[in-house]
Amino acid sequence: MGDYPSRSVNSTAGDLSVTPRHAQGAGYGGSPSNFDEPPRGGGGALPKKARFSIEAGFRGLSTASGAMVLVIIVAIAVFLISKAVPALQANTGNFLTQFEWAPNDTQPSFGIAALAFGTVLSSIIALVVAVPIALSIALFLSHYAPKRLATPLGFVIDLLAAVPSVVFGLWGRDVFQEPVRDFSIWLNKYFSWIPLFGGDGPFGQSIMLGGLVLAIMVLPIVTSLSREVFQQTPGMNEEAALALGATRWEMVRTAVLPYGKPGVIAAVMLGLGRALGETIALALTLSVAFDISFNLIENGGNSVAANIANSFAEANDTGRGALIASGLVLFAITLVVNMTARAIIYRRREFRDAAA
Amino acid sequence: MSLLDREVPGVVMTPDNIRSRTLPVAVNLAIAAGAFAVAAAVVFGLAIGNWVLVVVLGAAFYLVGLNVVAGRIEGRRAARDRAMKSLIYAACVLAILPLASVVWTLVSKGIGRLDADFFNTSMNNIGARDPEGGAYHAIIGTLEQVGIATLMSVPLGVLGAIYLVEYGRGKFATTVRFFVDVMTGIPSIVAGLFILSFWVLIVSPWFNNGQPRFSGFAAALALAVLMLPTIVRSTEEMLRLVPGPLREGAYALGVPQWKTILSVVLPTALPGIVTGIMLAVARAAGETAPVLLVAGGAAAINFDPFGGNQQSLSLFVYQQAGDASRYAPDRAWTAALTLVALVLILTVAAKLLARRNKLSR
Amino acid sequence: MAKRIEASNVSSYYGSFKAIDSVSMTVEPKTITALIGPSGCGKSTFLRSVNRMHEVLPGARIEGSLTIDDQNIYDPDVDVTAVRRMIGMVFQRPNPFPTMSIYENAVAGLKLNGVKKKAILDEAAEKSLRSANLWDEVKDRLDRPGAGLSGGQQQRLCIARTIAVEPQVVLMDEPCSALDPISTLAIEDLMFKLKDRFTIIIVTHNMQQAARVSDKTGFFSIDKTGDPGRLIEYDDTQKIFSNPAQKKTEDYITGRFG
Repeated sequence: MGDYPSRSVNSTAGDLSVTPRHAQGAGYGGSPSNFDEPPRGGGGALPKKARFSIEAGFRGLSTASGAMVLVIIVAIAVFLISKAVPALQANTGNFLTQFEWAPNDTQPSFGIAALAFGTVLSSIIALVVAVPIALSIALFLSHYAPKRLATPLGFVIDLLAAVPSVVFGLWGRDVFQEPVRDFSIWLNKYFSWIPLFGGDGPFGQSIMLGGLVLAIMVLPIVTSLSREVFQQTPGMNEEAALALGATRWEMVRTAVLPYGKPGVIAAVMLGLGRALGETIALALTLSVAFDISFNLIENGGNSVAANIANSFAEANDTGRGALIASGLVLFAITLVVNMTARAIIYRRREFRDAAA
Repeated sequence: MSLLDREVPGVVMTPDNIRSRTLPVAVNLAIAAGAFAVAAAVVFGLAIGNWVLVVVLGAAFYLVGLNVVAGRIEGRRAARDRAMKSLIYAACVLAILPLASVVWTLVSKGIGRLDADFFNTSMNNIGARDPEGGAYHAIIGTLEQVGIATLMSVPLGVLGAIYLVEYGRGKFATTVRFFVDVMTGIPSIVAGLFILSFWVLIVSPWFNNGQPRFSGFAAALALAVLMLPTIVRSTEEMLRLVPGPLREGAYALGVPQWKTILSVVLPTALPGIVTGIMLAVARAAGETAPVLLVAGGAAAINFDPFGGNQQSLSLFVYQQAGDASRYAPDRAWTAALTLVALVLILTVAAKLLARRNKLSR
Repeated sequence: MAKRIEASNVSSYYGSFKAIDSVSMTVEPKTITALIGPSGCGKSTFLRSVNRMHEVLPGARIEGSLTIDDQNIYDPDVDVTAVRRMIGMVFQRPNPFPTMSIYENAVAGLKLNGVKKKAILDEAAEKSLRSANLWDEVKDRLDRPGAGLSGGQQQRLCIARTIAVEPQVVLMDEPCSALDPISTLAIEDLMFKLKDRFTIIIVTHNMQQAARVSDKTGFFSIDKTGDPGRLIEYDDTQKIFSNPAQKKTEDYITGRFG
């Protein structure tokens, strides 16, 4: 310990508060007067490990903070259940199968069937529309566009992912509704023999509008996650495909897509999670109906989350409990979706580490 | 001559068959013209739609025609390559249209009420026939709620990340990491319901003579629940980027681990951590559902986050959107523009900061 | 089926940076040619120019002409994918497709070319794996992931994948630099065997390897960083290593290169 190896560390780490005392290690008691003079190793006994040290405290504090996440997840389940149970006990209908939602009556009766159906249907529409487009854009950004275009475009996509959902909802209701209505009328005129596009109107504030708005919202998220996955494709695998005489698309199909598949599945699942839980955009675009219908273009539609936002203001005690019960179902669904997505990502990570 | 060449001609390349014909530009243009002409004839001839349908059908005919003709001239594989390329480009155009429309509407409609009055007044005593009214109270609410949420979630989140990176070993750490990831996907409305049942319905009556009470603080709690996993995740990623030798250098000098973390690791990762926090803040500022459930919204200015209903900018947009007054949509759009500006400034600043970050993957 | 390659005044650019300056050389069919030289001298760039892989990088272009049996592969009407099928390439690090099995890796190139018949694929897989001296080691586990093999086996799998499409020329870009000596020896043995069917050009940092395997050797060098690489000397391997004409070559192979 003759010289001061700490100098270089000091200079790289900025304002490092390593005091000279620490730099001398154990056993040296006095404080150094001069940096040029090499400190001597002490002859005394090594200091004992302190039982209650700052170290232990800090470690405990950060462990507790980490554990907080688990506490919160458990607390969410516990508190939602505790508030939902009284309402479920007061329910005179069947919570799982009934369409109607009338928890504020003196004989409360409510069921989640129609709401859950609307949630799933709107999310499916959103994914069916958004995923192919999002993957195309992600491929465009990662493998087709010149870098000069891909960088700013990727930046814009990231920004769009940050736009609040209430803005998309407002746009869907004030602007997008009109072209969707025109399109619905056109579909109804020529394709009413398909049950999806039947009905007598009015059209517009339909599950299709809600689903499309959701699609536009999910698009940036799925795009930016899958772009990242595609960009991680090892360059040497792409070169291997090209050296075998692959065209660009064949290179993408042989090297990029198989490599990115688990990541893309996870991105889609995360997008699904986002779509299932989306509240405000659907509350603004759907016109409330408690019904199970595959008609995509007629006014109507509902979702668990949108119903919570819409019905909350008029809810009494049981009403609130009923909404919380529906939220519990939503929580459970999204938990399953997210855990599946994460499990896929984790497996992929192990696989990648093993392959490297 | 090999078996391969005998069975599947055209696979084995020799210097004599490496040349291929490319599609002349004139043919390309001719296909385009033909496609749109056919589309127009079909649409107007059968009277089944307007110009929008002509454009859509024409584009579809063009892509199909181009690929059939190109396939004849250039070969099957080149045609497939071209088809996928055109589909990918088409998808980009298709996606840009609505997104551009959102931006355009936001600016053109939002500019209507973008006046001093909007930022100086609240909605107190504004009736359905009054064109005035502003979002001052909502801006105050957003800033307070997001500020308090940040104060709560940042220390927790950063410490949690420190646990995961520096101390966490074994099964417990893996569990925590897994649930941090899962928690990022919890819908905001569920976070709102959680704080509703926990804080508003159970805790707040203790302070309010047994009556449940909405408050800005409750909204901050809900936002903190949403921000926490995002902050843990981004901070964890940044801490992992701090080079190991930097830590070892400090350990080798006898610096205790907690001090190494606080004085070496955190400062090095700081720009990245701040970026993550700003992105979390931006996302929280745009959340509507939890605020609706636990802060309740209000028309008047309320500076006290613990004292009763409070408004927020996003909730203001939602409530104005549902308001019957003919002046409400203008207010909603201007508030939306303000909200987007706030969120985008935070996001852009965070991304620029991230670009200057010296630690990179 | 091996062909003769002729490069005349080939200069290669990345954007405005000139990586190699007017390289001319003739490679005879069914020979092994080694390219040696210090790092950054452009030997890999030249190799990648031979099958047009260098233009994968944005801004890369070439001047001069490269012909194979008198057909210029840089003519505008030449299909670049056909060129790459005709001139296969093996890379520095083994790069089997991580999502594919050994079998799928071996026939990946054929599948790309639309070969679907199982019988043909099976035969091609066995033939190419045998040619790559790998068949006996993997014949019982063809459906296992290619990434699970050892480094040397992976590299031989990559060679099998390359020769499965029956190219005329095989380019090897430092194929042994990531391998241990025993695997390196296996690859070198393989090269001698492949020489009967293919023209081989190999870039190597290892002068002993060049001396061992090649018939002809080209020495590339640069004057200083930022200058384009040049072909200093190109001759029979024996001559280059025993009696080089250029002082620079002699300095390099005797280890006096500064």
